[in-house]
Amino acid sequence: MSVYSFLKEIAHTDPATLGRKDFQTDQEVRWCPGCGDYAILAQVHKTLPELGIPRENFVFVSGIGCSSRFPYYTNTYGMHSIHGRAPSIATGVKVSRPDLSVWVVTGDGDALSIGGNHLIHALRRNVDLKILMFNNRIYGLTKGQYSPTSEQGKRTKSSPAGSVDYPFNPISLALSAEATFVARGVDVDAKGLGAVLERAAHHKGSAFVEIYQNCNIFNDGAFDYMTDRKTKAETEIRLEHGKPLRFGANGDKGIALDAQMNPMVVDVATHGEDKLLVHNETNAALGFFLSRLVHPEFPTPVGVFRAVTKPTFDGMMEDQLTAAKAKSKGGGVQRLLDGGESWTVT
Amino acid sequence: METTISKSSSTFESVAIRFAGDSGDGMQLTGSQFTETTALAGNDLATFPDYPAEIRAPAGSLAGVSGFQINFSSREVFTPGDEPDVLVAMNPAALKANIADLKQGGILIANTEQFGVKNLERAGYKSNPLEDGTLSAFRVFPVDITNITLRAIADVGLNQRAAVRTKNFFALGLVYWLFSRDMQHTLDWIQGSMAAKDPVVAEANARALRAGWNYGDTTEMFAQRYEVPKARIEPGRYKNMTGNEAAALGFLAAAELTGLDLFLGSYPITPASDILHYLSKQKHLGVRTFQAEDEIAAIGSAIGAAYAGSLALTTTSGPGIALKSEAMNLAMMLELPLLICDVQRGGPSTGLPTKTEQSDLLQVLYGRNGESPIPIVSASSPGDCFYAAIEAARIAVTYMTPVVLLTDGYLANGAEPWRIPDMASLPPIPVQFHTDPATFQPYARNEVLARPWAIPGTPGLEHRVGGLEKANVTGNVSYDPMNHDAMCRLRAEKVARIADSLPATEIFGDAEGDVLVVGWGGTMGALRAGVERARAEGHTVGHVHLRHLNPMPNDLGDILKRYRKVIVPELNLGQLWMLLRARYLVDAVSINKIQGKPFKEHEIARAIAEHAGSKA
Ligand SMILES: Cc1ncc(C[n+]2csc(CCOP(=O)(O)OP(=O)(O)O)c2C)c(N)n1
Ligand code: SF4
Ligand SMILES: [Mg+2]
Repeated sequence: MSVYSFLKEIAHTDPATLGRKDFQTDQEVRWCPGCGDYAILAQVHKTLPELGIPRENFVFVSGIGCSSRFPYYTNTYGMHSIHGRAPSIATGVKVSRPDLSVWVVTGDGDALSIGGNHLIHALRRNVDLKILMFNNRIYGLTKGQYSPTSEQGKRTKSSPAGSVDYPFNPISLALSAEATFVARGVDVDAKGLGAVLERAAHHKGSAFVEIYQNCNIFNDGAFDYMTDRKTKAETEIRLEHGKPLRFGANGDKGIALDAQMNPMVVDVATHGEDKLLVHNETNAALGFFLSRLVHPEFPTPVGVFRAVTKPTFDGMMEDQLTAAKAKSKGGGVQRLLDGGESWTVT
Repeated sequence: METTISKSSSTFESVAIRFAGDSGDGMQLTGSQFTETTALAGNDLATFPDYPAEIRAPAGSLAGVSGFQINFSSREVFTPGDEPDVLVAMNPAALKANIADLKQGGILIANTEQFGVKNLERAGYKSNPLEDGTLSAFRVFPVDITNITLRAIADVGLNQRAAVRTKNFFALGLVYWLFSRDMQHTLDWIQGSMAAKDPVVAEANARALRAGWNYGDTTEMFAQRYEVPKARIEPGRYKNMTGNEAAALGFLAAAELTGLDLFLGSYPITPASDILHYLSKQKHLGVRTFQAEDEIAAIGSAIGAAYAGSLALTTTSGPGIALKSEAMNLAMMLELPLLICDVQRGGPSTGLPTKTEQSDLLQVLYGRNGESPIPIVSASSPGDCFYAAIEAARIAVTYMTPVVLLTDGYLANGAEPWRIPDMASLPPIPVQFHTDPATFQPYARNEVLARPWAIPGTPGLEHRVGGLEKANVTGNVSYDPMNHDAMCRLRAEKVARIADSLPATEIFGDAEGDVLVVGWGGTMGALRAGVERARAEGHTVGHVHLRHLNPMPNDLGDILKRYRKVIVPELNLGQLWMLLRARYLVDAVSINKIQGKPFKEHEIARAIAEHAGSKA
């Protein structure tokens, strides 16, 4: 009997009995009052019971940062690891245990500074991980230095004269790293975020979700331009597969191409709806194009930029193992020890 | 095989031969064929391959010299030999790089065809050493190896380039003749493995081999042959084993003994990569290997796999350990079993990647922030890497801790005849995952202070771990000062108590007396041989070779007191030495060498004699 056989024999939690309360822990949440992380936590707790997965099969791995405290507040298996390395740890969990649903929670500094290398490699390999990157465009935990997503010119404690760093565009980066699922949500947009999380959860492969998150202490209002009810309609555009790209108060505006293939904001009535760009989640070039729509010239896209399926890293590794085992002559390690040139001393 | 032994032969107890040539000359293959044949002939032996650092250094250059030394004997052999009795030099660069080591009066066989003006110049010779009298201290046998080989295989139908490449088999044939070895094993290998790839090349090599043998047999040049009788060797089935293969097999064996799936996360680095290569071929045993984007991701993936219930391993060398240290500390905090194999090489920084050294001991012991106790196990010979790997795994899963296994480049690439173990005779290593929610506390401890291993997928045991300080028992985050104090002590105590599970320390030689030689790792053979020499000279000497460097054995302190002098030879500037002095207040003497090369037997014997003589 294998040391692992209990996992098959033991009675697993019936996912139908799970509710959001089952995913809350008894640990006091230590985020600043008003932090956007609370809303994201609530959305995740709402999403998890709906996935049909026993609670014990979830693993949350995080790095270091305010956002990375997340596992302590989520009653699943979890690891609050070291700065930037969560994708690699999560890869080890998923590859060794493909039966688990493995999630990464990370921040803009954690994922794109110190952990940039691990993030792009996890994405290119298409490991079946759900990576949630809380982007507050600041280093929260270390009390307010500029991050790789801070806008140029940002004045922080470590950039009193304004940062001269050019920022990353996380969506462009994830797309270029060949992520098979790339989406953006916003902390205060419960409905939109919930929809994106659910899609990510069901995606088979590496899913990257950038979540705009307000740090009300060190970078307050970073996303006000698109969360403020008064301006939201003009500054945000919802991506819907197969639908023309429209925004504005009554959907009166749209995105179209000019003669040089540059994006332009057009008035739908005068330009004609049939000349608008139509979103297609499987078109890699279009996904990248959309990631380049940046405030203030353009409305910020939210929703799914890209969703395609291809074999996962963990799945392909599992297939290789299965094939090798099927061809095995048995005999375990002794066969290896006995194999090759040998001689007998009597 | 039709050969006539037409010349007189004399018997020797031990012989060391070094084959040296350009890296394209096939010296490693020549050496390994000679090794297998010699093992079949019943000698004990030790080998030392010496590769050039560059993949393809310019032909004929000193940087491109590749060497292989074998020491074989009718007695027990501990090292590849201090000074070769025979040097086969395939070109001037090989001669230049190796002649200083050849024993006075030793045999030099040189391939004269390569000693043209150009090659002499490339090797830095102003005149031909085969003709200018500078080699008069040796018995020089100039042989036109290239041309005789070409003539012997002329009608096989190989192009010039390919034909020239068979000359190493001529040299091998000649040396086989000289040492009365049977060619059959190599002929079988040629007809098997080589013929399967290219039958024409195989035929040419078989002829070159025979031509070499016949050359020795029929020319006037060699007046006599040498015999090295069989050694008395423990009965059993043997194979030639390198340290890296033995380590890989040890990890596989540990997985079988624990019942766990083996997971390796690794990033290629010399001299550790062969473990990754070997384990990547073992998918049929359920082994998962992950070539990560760097060493940090490699250990990260292993930590993830350990958390999820695998026997997790990461393999690297010194520079990789430097990158892994933060994650090693995480594994220590998480109290997860994790094997970290450091195949040491010459440092610091990129250092001497293809050369050996023992300079990572303090790095793996202390190279982390905070109080970070991690057990350390070391291997003492190529074949011993197998048992050391199993011991590292036993400690890791029994005590729920990362464990460092130290091997080195010398062990990794060196080979020795190794008695094939019987898996059924190895003690199983029991592992039990925790399953009962009623009794579960993430940081509760058992009688050896190990915490429970609760893997994802187990209902009711959902829990969070992390690098922040843990509250005792519950594992919740805690900033309480007294808790931190208690946890630091608990983690240290857990590792210290591993010593209670260790057998009594073995002392080779005298159990008390003039000098105790304390060593660790790949220097075992040289120290043992040096101690034997010194004892033969009349000194009372003991030798302790430590497998466990953290914690050290409980009886070590007493043993150190039984000798007038303690000497600690290491291929570093005194790392174990410093630890012994600090821990046991013993006035030990450090003997060191950091030349990328192993100790020689006489260096150790001399050091012992020096300290045995200085009677205080
Ligand atoms: C090796 C290492 N370097 C630096 C730090 C300090 N540090 C902790 S979190 C952090 C930045 C976190 O920023 P982000 O990922 O954006 O997370 P946030 O706090 O904003 O959610 C830094 C620099 C650390 N913990 N470890
Ligand atoms: S510092 Fe900012 S990101 Fe961190 S908890 Fe406070 S508000 Fe949230
Ligand atoms: Mg941040």
